[in-house]
Amino acid sequence: MRREALFNIALSALLLGVPLWAWIADEPYIITLATRVAIFALAGVGLNLALGLGGLVSLGHAAFFGIGGYAMGILASHAQSYSPIMEVPFLIQGTKSMPLIWLVAMLSSAFAAFMIGLLSLRTTGVYFIMVTLAFGQMFYYFAISWPAYGGEDGLSIYVRNGFPGLNTLDPIQFFAICYVLLGLVLFFSARLARSSFGLALSGARQNAERVQTVGIDTFRLRLVAFTLSGAITGLAGALFADLNRFVSPTMFTWQTSGEIMIFVILGGVSRLYGPVAGAALFILLEYVLGGLSEFWHIYLGVLLLLVVLFARGGLIGVLAGREVAHD
Amino acid sequence: MTEVVLQTLNLCKSFGALAANDNITLELRKGEIHALIGPNGAGKSTLIKQIAGGLRPDSGCVRFLGEDVTTLGTVSRARRGLGRTFQISALAMDFTVLQNVMLGALGARGNVYHFFKPVLKETKLQAVAMNALERVGLARVSARRTAELSHGQRRQLEVAVALTLKPKVFLMDEPMAGLGVDGSKNLIHFLDELRAEAPILLVEHDMDAVFALADRISVLVYGKIIVTGSVDEVRNNVEVRRAYLGQR
Repeated sequence: MRREALFNIALSALLLGVPLWAWIADEPYIITLATRVAIFALAGVGLNLALGLGGLVSLGHAAFFGIGGYAMGILASHAQSYSPIMEVPFLIQGTKSMPLIWLVAMLSSAFAAFMIGLLSLRTTGVYFIMVTLAFGQMFYYFAISWPAYGGEDGLSIYVRNGFPGLNTLDPIQFFAICYVLLGLVLFFSARLARSSFGLALSGARQNAERVQTVGIDTFRLRLVAFTLSGAITGLAGALFADLNRFVSPTMFTWQTSGEIMIFVILGGVSRLYGPVAGAALFILLEYVLGGLSEFWHIYLGVLLLLVVLFARGGLIGVLAGREVAHD
Repeated sequence: MTEVVLQTLNLCKSFGALAANDNITLELRKGEIHALIGPNGAGKSTLIKQIAGGLRPDSGCVRFLGEDVTTLGTVSRARRGLGRTFQISALAMDFTVLQNVMLGALGARGNVYHFFKPVLKETKLQAVAMNALERVGLARVSARRTAELSHGQRRQLEVAVALTLKPKVFLMDEPMAGLGVDGSKNLIHFLDELRAEAPILLVEHDMDAVFALADRISVLVYGKIIVTGSVDEVRNNVEVRRAYLGQR
């Protein structure tokens, strides 16, 4: 078996093993940390679809993370106050059901990604980074100035949303939900990378002119990829909001976009498990170094520099060697 | 009258004060190899780009299979059957040789949006791709990473990708560039047979190849076509000798 596959299996086992141990040892805080890893990894998997496979360096993925979060916040806050979201022209009620919230979160972030992509994918390189950043900031300021849903203070949800048959307030059960969703999305993402869509998208990243010359519209290709990418990050946003039972404009900040990108780069751009490794490393650093110093970000910065300068394949590149062509 | 497949009419393109293409009228007929020669900077690449769709002309038009395609982009023209190879290999370097050709086969199929089925299990695409590789003699290296290919093999791969499209016209920008003696010989032989499948507009610096292959030659100098004719007509043309061949 390839070293990377072994690494992926080990990482999946570790991400499952640590919270299970913490559950037995009654360390709920560790379970929460593992849940954060799973959710951040999910957000990173979303970005990796655009960044790794499509070569679209988006610094605006916080927009989708935040939209996912607010989709949860808005639906759940209406449900807990028993007030409908709208009555005219037809009645829409809030909900506390996770699957329904996920669906709304994914659809609305996919729609936002489609619209943002429609405008920003006409640019490339640095301009694309700047345009996506600008859109992200627009959502941030919109969220701050929207008093109906908490404005700057954000929205608190008192009880975590429900999933049929599970007690979501139990940390290990909520972790299980996030872990399974991450697994499903990773599976989907692996299949996608090997599909004909994945081939064309990856080809467009390497040489757009080549792909156009064989009659494939690279704009459409990238738009679809960006939309899917946004939907996945939106799902992660809904889970993150549910983990904290709190949504605020912080989810929309460009620091969030940067962090999602850091997960991908730390772990390894375009590697399937790159975001998982990156998110795990990020949380580990936050936990270990954050205990030593308030200014732990400076160590993160140094590490990031080292990775970018000397280990372009990220953590997975260091541990599992160079990327080999699929099959 | 032989059927005209591809045609440019009074094509003009200027970059600032420089008229890169000045009133270019050119036609490619069924079954022929039409070579386009000219010294460096004559405007050959500008013309090719306008025919392929990457560059809009200032005036004039491009007709392909009887249809005015001047306003269409690269993708639409490729869809209509314009198969192009690049002067500097434009390949996905991280892909295997097979993946590059599969990309062509995928473009030819049209529907790219399969998200779940592994592309290497799409047996029809694979058959088209392997067939193209066999024709150019690259089947043995199909699993190799494209970046590891020799320069000559990359040129062959360019041709293989164009073959998967089953184009109505081949647009080849210096396919011989950088090939060794044997490589050139093989490619000349291959193109010689290929013209029966689809006519070729061939931009080439290798005069031996041009004289061996071309049914007709157009000579482009300073953005203008100074003569179009058979090999002998061009070879004996005084202006051509002065402008181009004499320099060599």
